Amino acid sequence: MIRKLGLWVAALAAFAFAGHAANAQTPKQGGTLNFAISAETPHYDPHGSDTYATLHFSAPFYSTLLRFNLDKFPEVEGDLAQSWEVAPDLMTFTFKLQPNVKFHDGTPLTSADVKATYDRMRSPPQGVVSTRKATFGDIGSIETPDPLTVVFKMKNVNAAMLEHFASPWNVIYSAKDLAADPAAPRTKINGTGPFIFVEHVKGSHVAGKKNPDYFKKGLPYLDGFRGIFTLQAAAMLNAVQGGQVMGEFRGISPAERDRLVSAMGDKIRIEESSWTLNLLVVFNTEKKPFDDVRVRKALLMAIDRWGGSQGLSRISTLRSVGGVIRPGSPMATPEAELVKLPGFSKDIKKSREEAKKLLAEAGVPNLKLQLWNRNLAMPYTPAGIFLVDQWRQIGVDVEHVQSDTGKYLATMSSGQFDVAIDFSNLFMDDSSLGLAKYLSVTRAPENRSRSKDAELDKIYDDHMRERDPAKRKALIQAFEKRLFEQGYQQPLLWWHRIVPTHKTLMGWKMSPSHNLGADLATVWLQQ
Amino acid sequence: MLRYTINRVLLTIPTLLGVAVLVFFMLRVVPGDVVEIKLRGDGGSVSQETIDAERKRMGLDKPLATQFADWMVGVATLNFGNSMWTERPVTEEIRTRFELSFQVAIMATIIAVLIAIPLGTLAALYRDTWIDYVVRIVTIGGLSIPSFWFGMLIMLALLSFFNWLPPITFTPIYVDPVANLTQLIWPALAVGYRYCAVVARMIRSSLLEVLNEDYIRTARAKGVYEKLVISRHALRNALLPAITVIGLEFTFLIGGLVVTEQVFNLNGIGQLFVQSISRNDFTLIQGMVMLIAAFYVFVNLAIDLLYAVFDPRIRYG
Repeated sequence: MIRKLGLWVAALAAFAFAGHAANAQTPKQGGTLNFAISAETPHYDPHGSDTYATLHFSAPFYSTLLRFNLDKFPEVEGDLAQSWEVAPDLMTFTFKLQPNVKFHDGTPLTSADVKATYDRMRSPPQGVVSTRKATFGDIGSIETPDPLTVVFKMKNVNAAMLEHFASPWNVIYSAKDLAADPAAPRTKINGTGPFIFVEHVKGSHVAGKKNPDYFKKGLPYLDGFRGIFTLQAAAMLNAVQGGQVMGEFRGISPAERDRLVSAMGDKIRIEESSWTLNLLVVFNTEKKPFDDVRVRKALLMAIDRWGGSQGLSRISTLRSVGGVIRPGSPMATPEAELVKLPGFSKDIKKSREEAKKLLAEAGVPNLKLQLWNRNLAMPYTPAGIFLVDQWRQIGVDVEHVQSDTGKYLATMSSGQFDVAIDFSNLFMDDSSLGLAKYLSVTRAPENRSRSKDAELDKIYDDHMRERDPAKRKALIQAFEKRLFEQGYQQPLLWWHRIVPTHKTLMGWKMSPSHNLGADLATVWLQQ
Repeated sequence: MLRYTINRVLLTIPTLLGVAVLVFFMLRVVPGDVVEIKLRGDGGSVSQETIDAERKRMGLDKPLATQFADWMVGVATLNFGNSMWTERPVTEEIRTRFELSFQVAIMATIIAVLIAIPLGTLAALYRDTWIDYVVRIVTIGGLSIPSFWFGMLIMLALLSFFNWLPPITFTPIYVDPVANLTQLIWPALAVGYRYCAVVARMIRSSLLEVLNEDYIRTARAKGVYEKLVISRHALRNALLPAITVIGLEFTFLIGGLVVTEQVFNLNGIGQLFVQSISRNDFTLIQGMVMLIAAFYVFVNLAIDLLYAVFDPRIRYG
């Protein structure tokens, strides 16, 4: 009898606990979320930006056509698109838009807005910067047969076009606003997103309030948010620890994680993931002696990536050794193949001997160079110091120059450097995005090495049209082989993402990209 | 006194003009181009034609002399132009940032003066006693510990002992005085400690000097109360060099809070300065340099006039 009673009590307790757990997961409405943004956006326009600072600032105010389903990454789902059809030959994409969507100024969203947005990205008018121009170069025309239908007709097949439509950078602007001033989105926000812009206090914060007319019923949960610019890591950590901000969605270093865990115990939630982001070693192929493949290869071969990943992963966000595709993702080159490529050998002693020979053959046995780097402690500075040390070991004299982001990027874009640490900031693993940075500079202005290589371009084009995954993977490996043999540029290490959030912050989704999931629509506070 | 004041005011004009010429032309020789950074600085690939068109639109293709003349005409009418980066008026960009830094500087000055004067006086009056030693240790501590480090200690202490931190977004004092003071008292304390140490040491040494003067001995010989000797005769004269230090420290704080602002995540003029320099935003840098220079000049002018008030020999000299 007692045993039977005990079972009943246990069953009731389990039921009660389950009920409580389910209740704990029921989103609550209300509250204001404060979160940290560790850099301030240079402007408000994601079309012309390549920094997460713009997305973490602007994404809550906007919608995109499609979006990534972060529970099933990299699957895509509709955002403004209610449904879509893709022609079997991948030459036509037809989207049906959600009805009754309104911009924050009250204007209804129609297919004309989508067309104006994509036209701006693929063919920016004078005075407008579009860093997405190359991505949408394969679009031939955009048609709007009715206000809720938009049809993209392709010039060429792009096997990953659907994923590109889900890019977080492609926020939809109002055609009316763009007609009045194509550059308006740099300074003015008018989207269809879950939050309405309230204010941007320069140097301090950006604030948004709940959009009561948001087309996804019941969302957002929050009444509002404040993205607070915490430019110094120490200020950000203090703010997280003191509860002034509930999280930092880009990522922190292992040491910062350890400090928060030690100080906050079970009040802090730490989520970790590999990251669709890497640092690259880039040679300016238009400058001597880096126009010589032997010099470039020698410098790449002197880097002990495998050893470096051990040490750097303890002090920085750098961790995995990989090729041009994120290590561990389906299309990535396996380690056994990678080690056969120049710059990835595990026998570093032999590699360095070969590197010295190559430098001597190239006539620069006592090479001096300037390494151009970004003035960001994490992880650019440790990466730069690491490279200086690696190259010193083959007798290369390196001057390490760090500069603020704007000047750093402008200098690289204008080709006024010898060797640089660049970054490849992706939002998905698809190779159409990951490989694009390495195309000839005439096709991909983001190729800082300024190389021109018709063979690489051809492999890329072939791979874009290839829909068989195995053949596509083989083409990616052929691309890597050619790229690293020529040594124009090469990933140094891939990043590892560590995101701290208070346990009262719910509904935010971790992903391998800090560019994703920034709209905050499903975030809520357990108060 | 009027003639003295007019002379001092007139002297500020060539000083500010010199600063204007220097800052304008020196910024033009600094490597880097605001248009390049603006259009290519976030990874965008922009043609040279677009960059040239933007330079033209911003008037950067005009001869330097013309640009300078245009700017000076604006400055004369207190129009410092627009920020090259945000295109908003420079005065507007500076206003809120200046408000914050100015308030921290004022609060730090109040803290410093209120503590330094009694501390310095006590140290001088009780020279070589334990009181003097304690004051000297405290003030040497203030001089040795950088303000940003002291600020970090304050933050860590608040976190560790009270699990509390001051707000990190700025609320103007006229909107919510409590929120404002709750936020700014800590950075003011951090910089005020060093400030207090400088002033206290200055008061101590100048008071020691003054206390040996003949007129103090005479006053004492005449049987004047010791309190009156100290407050009316000694301290009044000992304060003169301290006034200079207080003025200079105050003006230094307006632009010199850069690191402390970062520790406390304050949106002040120091941070704006650093940001503008990294973006080569010439018009904004020029505006801020002129503002800070004007501040220095006018605080120095105020110090000179105060000197004349405290010491009549100066205005008749």
